[in-house]
Amino acid sequence: MTVPDATGHFGPYGGRYVPETLVPALDELTLAWQAARRDPAFAEELTRLLTRFAGRPTALGDALRMGADAGGCRIVLKREDLCHTGAHKINNTLGQVLLARRMGKRRIIAETGAGQHGVATATAAALFGMPCDVFMGALDVERQALNVFRMQLLGARVVPVQSGSRTLKDAMNEAIRDWVTHVRDTHYIIGSVAGPHPYPAMVRDFQSVIGDEARAQVLQVAGRLPDAVVACVGGGSNAMGIFSAFIPDRAVRLVGVEAAGHGLDTGKHGAALARGRPGVLHGSRSYLLQDDDGQIVEAHSISAGLDYPGVGPELSWLKDQGRLELRQATDDEALDALGYLARTEGIIPALETAHAVAAARGLARELGPKGLLLVNVSGRGDKDIDHVRRELALRAARPPVRRPRKAPPKKAARRARRSR
Amino acid sequence: MSPVPDRIQAAFSAAADRGGSALVTYVMAGDPDLATSREMALACAAGGADILEIGMPFSDPIADGKTIQGAGERSLRAGTTLAGCLSLAAEVRKRTPAAIALMGYVNPVLSFGEERFLDACVASGVDAVILPDLPPEEAVGFRAAAVSRGVKLVFLLAPTSTPDRVAAACDAATGFLYFVSVTGVTGARTSLPADLGAKVKAVRARSPVPVVVGFGVGTPAQARTVGKLADGVVVGSAIVQRIAEGGTRRVRAERVRRFVASLAKALRR
Repeated sequence: MTVPDATGHFGPYGGRYVPETLVPALDELTLAWQAARRDPAFAEELTRLLTRFAGRPTALGDALRMGADAGGCRIVLKREDLCHTGAHKINNTLGQVLLARRMGKRRIIAETGAGQHGVATATAAALFGMPCDVFMGALDVERQALNVFRMQLLGARVVPVQSGSRTLKDAMNEAIRDWVTHVRDTHYIIGSVAGPHPYPAMVRDFQSVIGDEARAQVLQVAGRLPDAVVACVGGGSNAMGIFSAFIPDRAVRLVGVEAAGHGLDTGKHGAALARGRPGVLHGSRSYLLQDDDGQIVEAHSISAGLDYPGVGPELSWLKDQGRLELRQATDDEALDALGYLARTEGIIPALETAHAVAAARGLARELGPKGLLLVNVSGRGDKDIDHVRRELALRAARPPVRRPRKAPPKKAARRARRSR
Repeated sequence: MSPVPDRIQAAFSAAADRGGSALVTYVMAGDPDLATSREMALACAAGGADILEIGMPFSDPIADGKTIQGAGERSLRAGTTLAGCLSLAAEVRKRTPAAIALMGYVNPVLSFGEERFLDACVASGVDAVILPDLPPEEAVGFRAAAVSRGVKLVFLLAPTSTPDRVAAACDAATGFLYFVSVTGVTGARTSLPADLGAKVKAVRARSPVPVVVGFGVGTPAQARTVGKLADGVVVGSAIVQRIAEGGTRRVRAERVRRFVASLAKALRR
């Protein structure tokens, strides 16, 4: 099975559902990427950047106390949080900036939700002296003021997007519109394994360094393959990054953890694979959160990186093949897991990553003392500290039984909403 | 054998007979409500439009500029559904012989069901469907289902389209081809690209069907210029803007009718 096929389809998913104006640019990008894959000089330059700039290879650590706490399962952590800029996102942006330069593009654009991909793009653009515009939902600009400032320090221009729900999906819409308008001299760096072909396969390839390293490392330290690999799934770049190396290892379970937000049955979540149905958004066919009339609905997650109504097409394909197991973690479980990993292992994970940690605790108990579990720690939590502090304060102020909930006084409710 | 009369072909023949090019107008269904948008589409027909595009709103319109994005947001806030767009088309069909093309994005159509949607198009008197995010490569099955029902599926070409892609779109074309005048999203522009004429000429030389030009055309003068290059001219955002200026339904309809009449006049040679 070769996925994707020549036209970018993973079974019935993927493809290229974009305005005609962009198709030639996608063809150009596909050719440049395929040529780069065959070019040893490209691989050499990317490897040099990944090692001497981004800090690869990242460590594979043991989560000894967490494992003991879960009944003796051996848990190993792939430490993408140790990458430069604090998450795995830099693996992809360095690769794509190199491609942009190869294609002679003079300007970089990107979309961002929490700001991690925006920061990673701004960083790579700064490294190569290229102008960079980052599109960000106006709501996220308010919520992630610190990352906005980081991008600006790195010389990028942050463009607040006022349309639609003013979050990540609208930022992506606006980035696509900008690309349609400036396609001749601009390269669009998509941060996830989503979007039209070749992005899902190309971003996966740039991120597959995570799984390639982790597979070799786990064989070295444990002498065998893990029973399961766990990663959080928003768009799915860290998940495909670590899963891809293990897809042929049929005995290794691949576990994707989606954001259950307030709960899967509340309608306020980001679980496109578990609760969505196939449709077309942002250029590819995949599972989507949509209403009965095919309008995209807003996702919800405490973590801005998982607050996306779609998911990468290859993950949809892996789900349908039965190769991908799905689990979920709620906002509250993710918050708990963040604090837990901090206290138990001395690692403050990103809120996205905390979803994987939450599910990993349960999975480790199920696997028992003979188990071996690999967890992708996709990013560090520094970016979330303010947000986590506010959320914990809110929860501390709230009576422990959550439902039925009395309506808080109006002023407090407004304040609570604003601080989210 | 086509189960519906070919009103698309008739529209271009009529324009050619009067020695000009066809006028294609765009109105978003449900902006600001279905009944008003029905009157706006009919006002376009009364003003002399040959083909009435009726927009179907989508939450994430990546090919549209601010004006049509705004219209889509108003329409969705008013609760417009795909079924509502189809019944609007059916009402318009009862009151005008002009050709009707539904224009929107692919996801609501997939959600509704492709075959069910096309059956409803036939039942509602819809002549063509335009989905900017469904390029020919992804449209194979849908195109076949449309053709078998006599519904035209209109593909788009852009200034960036390579000769290979022009050829592929021409081979897949039914009804007409839609040439996007600018690299960009929908919306009126103050000027159009200098090489537009050469690009359109190349497409027309290859195309088995009429070629219309749209995106960025907003004034009678621009329509006249573009009309000399193409078989038809599409005006969208400039009409949507005039609807959004407000007033009673009758005031808006009269404003739209007059504007469309000025465009139609500019297109007569």
